[in-house]
Amino acid sequence: MCGTCGCGQSDESYKIIKPGEEEHSHHYHHHHDHTHDDEMHSHEHKHAYAHRHDHDDHGHTHEHSHGADDHSHQHAHGHAHSREIIVEQNALQKNDLLAERNRGYFEAKGVLAINLVSSPGSGKTTLLEKTIQLTKDQINLYVIEGDQQTMQDANRINNAGAPVVQINTGNGCHLDATMVSKACKQLNIDKKGILIIENVGNLVCPSLFDLGEAKRVVIMSVTEGDDKPLKYPTMFETSDICVINKIDLLPYVDFDVEKSKEFASRINPNLKFFEVSAKSEEGLADWVDWLKNELKLVG
Amino acid sequence: MHEFSIAINIIDIVTDAAESQGAKKVNEIELEIGDLSGVVYEAMEMAMESAVSGTWLENTNITITRIKGKAKCSQCGKMFSIDNLFDQCPECGAFNPVIQSGKELKVKSLQVE
Ligand SMILES: Nc1nc2c(ncn2[C@@H]2O[C@H](COP(=O)(O)OP(=O)(O)OP(=O)(O)O)[C@@H](O)[C@H]2O)c(=O)[nH]1
Ligand SMILES: [Mg+2]
Ligand SMILES: [Zn+2]
Ligand SMILES: [Zn+2]
Ligand SMILES: [Zn+2]
Ligand SMILES: [Zn+2]
Ligand SMILES: [Zn+2]
Repeated sequence: MCGTCGCGQSDESYKIIKPGEEEHSHHYHHHHDHTHDDEMHSHEHKHAYAHRHDHDDHGHTHEHSHGADDHSHQHAHGHAHSREIIVEQNALQKNDLLAERNRGYFEAKGVLAINLVSSPGSGKTTLLEKTIQLTKDQINLYVIEGDQQTMQDANRINNAGAPVVQINTGNGCHLDATMVSKACKQLNIDKKGILIIENVGNLVCPSLFDLGEAKRVVIMSVTEGDDKPLKYPTMFETSDICVINKIDLLPYVDFDVEKSKEFASRINPNLKFFEVSAKSEEGLADWVDWLKNELKLVG
Repeated sequence: MHEFSIAINIIDIVTDAAESQGAKKVNEIELEIGDLSGVVYEAMEMAMESAVSGTWLENTNITITRIKGKAKCSQCGKMFSIDNLFDQCPECGAFNPVIQSGKELKVKSLQVE
């Protein structure tokens, strides 16, 4: 059950919170509000719904027994017989449509939106903190933070000096387009600039959910295996940029940078790479130049 | 478990389609899941079961058709079956073939009353 409003839902509930405004957190989730007026028989049991009838008069009466229950009874079925509805819809169509709407919103505002994804702890927030410092007074940077719990990352971004809202997804393992659209409303994006959306640390689930971003950036850090791209191919397939982070640690780990790039390129030959240390700031100048250039292209 | 939120999306698609056609009951949901879709077939089965429980689709049969990966080599044009996005062409060894099937993540059809 959802602890916030007690509505009986759990998995899909999430919160959107601004630093310093924790008491006004907004709570959302997916609700099913359909009423179904049932057929004529309203007894309590489970049908295995395997009963198909071979006749063409509707509104008939007949006798049958119901699967596991050991009672048989007579009742009238008011149903027409099974007919087919062709649907042919992508399961993620709703998210894709909302993502397109976000994309239109970003374009209209002159905002370059970036979806930043990685395993937990690869350095997403650290890269953001440094990017904010290095672009201060040059670029308007906005941030949406996605984590299952806590305001930690939003507070770090707030301290670094960029407008930020936190989405806590609860049990959810990724952000979706609806969450981003709601978070944007609270972010008050009023100037041209860059919106960086730090997704929940996870290389699987976020790969399928378009947020409406212009570019998807995946980080892998050298403390992970260099075979990450082979293990999580969908994420590397759908990304535009791959940032290899924590290169200050290369002398101490068995990470082969060239091999990891080769693996990633097998899946996505268009991936562009940056090798950086968010800690020592090595390589960050190229990353910042790329951001500035992409922002110019937004027009 | 993104499979669960995909299952929730599927239930909404099914409900909208069924309600807009005046259906009172859904006997069967037919889905297509490709091997390269980024969704784990078994996890999807479980997610669908748990997502429908307690809803009006609780007793609906869910049929998931698994679609195998097929690709065409972008270098030599050979068609081959593919299990992973990083598989190479068995003929010429090239990577990055053009995927022909296996990306499906789709609600195909419903049987309703
Ligand atoms: N040595 C080294 N450590 C780094 C670097 N970048 C980040 N770290 C450290 O890695 C740890 C995780 O960094 P975060 O920036 O919090 O990682 P994250 O990806 O935001 O983590 P989640 O939000 O939990 O998924 C912290 O202890 C950072 O100080 C780097 O370039 N070099
Ligand atoms: Mg973080
Ligand atoms: Zn609730
Ligand atoms: Zn519903
Ligand atoms: Zn009956
Ligand atoms: Zn997941
Ligand atoms: Zn070939």
